[in-house]
Amino acid sequence: VSNFRNMFTAAAVDGVLSAFRSICGDDGVSLGETVREQHGKDESVHRCRPPDVVVFPRCVEEVSALAKLCHRHQLPIIPFGTGTGLEGGVGAVKGGVCFSLRNMDQILDLHPEDFDVTVEPGVTRKALNSYLRETGLWFPVDPGADASLCGMAATSASGTNAVRYGTMRENVMNLEVVLADGSVIHTAGRNRRPRKTAAGYNLTNLFVGSEGTLGIITKTTLRLYGVPEEMVSAVCSFSSVQAAVDSTVQILQAGVPIARIEFLDEVMIDACNKFSSLSYPVSPTLFLEFHGSERSLEEQVNTTEDITQSNGGSDFQWARDAETRNRLWKARHDAWYAALAMRPGCKAYATDVCVPLSRLPHIIVETKEDLIESRLTGHIVGHVGDGNFHCLMVMDPSDQDELHRVHLFSQRLARRALAMDGTCTGEHGVGLGKRSLLCEEVGPSVIRVMQSLKDAIDPNNLMNPGKILL
Amino acid sequence: MHSNRYCNRIIVLPFSVLLEIRVKPDNSGVVTDGVKHSMNPFCEIAVEEAVKLKEKKLIKEVVAVSCGPQQSQETIRTALAMGADRGIHVEVAGKDYETLGPLQVSKIMAALAKKEDAQLIILGKQAIDDDCNQTGQMTAALLDWPQGTFASEVSLDGDKVKVVREIDGGLETIKISTPAVLTADLRLNTPRYATLPNIMKAKKKKIANVKPADLGVDLTSRLEVLKVEEPPQRQAGVKVETVEDLVGKLKETGRI
Repeated sequence: VSNFRNMFTAAAVDGVLSAFRSICGDDGVSLGETVREQHGKDESVHRCRPPDVVVFPRCVEEVSALAKLCHRHQLPIIPFGTGTGLEGGVGAVKGGVCFSLRNMDQILDLHPEDFDVTVEPGVTRKALNSYLRETGLWFPVDPGADASLCGMAATSASGTNAVRYGTMRENVMNLEVVLADGSVIHTAGRNRRPRKTAAGYNLTNLFVGSEGTLGIITKTTLRLYGVPEEMVSAVCSFSSVQAAVDSTVQILQAGVPIARIEFLDEVMIDACNKFSSLSYPVSPTLFLEFHGSERSLEEQVNTTEDITQSNGGSDFQWARDAETRNRLWKARHDAWYAALAMRPGCKAYATDVCVPLSRLPHIIVETKEDLIESRLTGHIVGHVGDGNFHCLMVMDPSDQDELHRVHLFSQRLARRALAMDGTCTGEHGVGLGKRSLLCEEVGPSVIRVMQSLKDAIDPNNLMNPGKILL
Repeated sequence: MHSNRYCNRIIVLPFSVLLEIRVKPDNSGVVTDGVKHSMNPFCEIAVEEAVKLKEKKLIKEVVAVSCGPQQSQETIRTALAMGADRGIHVEVAGKDYETLGPLQVSKIMAALAKKEDAQLIILGKQAIDDDCNQTGQMTAALLDWPQGTFASEVSLDGDKVKVVREIDGGLETIKISTPAVLTADLRLNTPRYATLPNIMKAKKKKIANVKPADLGVDLTSRLEVLKVEEPPQRQAGVKVETVEDLVGKLKETGRI
């Protein structure tokens, strides 16, 4: 039997467990080692930190009752969606109760004429888009993984489409949240879904990106978009990183409403070629996607081609039909696995800095130089349209020296980004590993404000302790 | 001069299927009230193929037909939003709809095919709620037309159709003359998502209403459903401590 660290007697533990069972049923409470391990890690390099027990509530009333119980016994609460996070956000550093929300999987209240829908935490973005097929609508935020939408709200997720459609911050209209004491709030008011509002403090965006440290998200109301009439993707190779990134900046400055613009350096393209059986030239590359009517596409493409060609870019390789386009973007999303495949037996770690567009060429070039000097395996891939790029580091987990060099490299990269008016995390979140960098990024006065918000909303620090704030 | 636009009209038959299956308490059937319907995935593929042929300018018109109660019109609208030109709703409701099966639907299709002078009928290979896989074949038989079923590739070649079929042993390529019936299998294509502008345009396309009696079709079923029941509940597993225990348990339950 596991030990709840705050509880002193086995009887007390049994008491709480049977109370949990009376709320979400006998099979809604698990002490199994494998289940707890599954719920103690995500897709990051952070080691597994299993909770003491995993509960599986089926509705918000059960979440609230469970939270009240945890509050009474001062047990940490860790919300869990799909476990696809990249910053160790679900690790139970102080043990406690993991709330696995996967059984709350309803899509509620779709309003196609208003372009909004409300979903529970067990609904993933692919499940939602499949449900929406016949309405002509979709939810475009696409972080790669088939993540829980409420989890995406909790981590302020983004993706390859953000340059055109925004991130979760711009697309969450309302949240239903259960606080640490079990009370249930609707951040914009119950059922409210106006397209804009000036009513009171923006609580919705306070909880977006709070990574489970302020409350458990049990519903999110999302902004939907019309499925584009036509989509076309293209690949363009450049002789230098500078040329590729300069093109990106110019394309955006020209006002092209480009839907996706992804950069892959030659190391990344080489890995992708090998992993996904492609044959792109091994040089800095841009993967582009355009959405719109046929006429609008023509205009977008012409403007973009002029720009890339003026930077010495190759002819575009086109992907027009759905199957070819999907293969292209799958190759991009498989970058992680492609990087791992280059050194079997190794682990991967992704950096996530984001800088103002104009600083992008500089930071990527400096970063590549640092990689070579530090003798590290790093692949650069990123949403350059947002000024955000990832350096996929592959390292041998048994080589302490390499691990140390990766750590130092990431710190230098984050500080480089901060020095260029950027952020240490564009989309993955702070989680466990970037708490000190957050302090450097926002400064002590802001940390004080953040801490006072946390103290006001969760005075006992039960909500996902050890994340975001030190 | 040989016209390369021999095929004038394709009829597709998109069916709607239940998204959630629950057996009625009296075991007489499945619950249909209030359950969300959606176009059968294989029918989506069939509609997509017809629209693709029209986009390649190999055929002139795609007609979407659906048989059922009022809500079948939604399925036709989805087909129209994907690119079908017009729809025909064959009204079948109440008791008749409960007993509507592949034989009745194929009689309706055969009658419509003659009335509309179609060159090709494309259907999904089977509905995912009843898994019958009979309508296409029966329709071809009633019309005495050739059939290309489980199609994973379709190409028009003059007045013939080349069909690559997925069969147990691999792939079979056949050439059949038109008019013909084709049924779509999974890998034939990836259906497009309906876009908002196309959904708006679809609202203006025509859907004609027809009754089975007008087509001279008798809907009486020759089948009587005696009982519908769920598969047996899955038993919980049993954990054992050692390999010897495992072997013992397997012998006990007669597995080895």
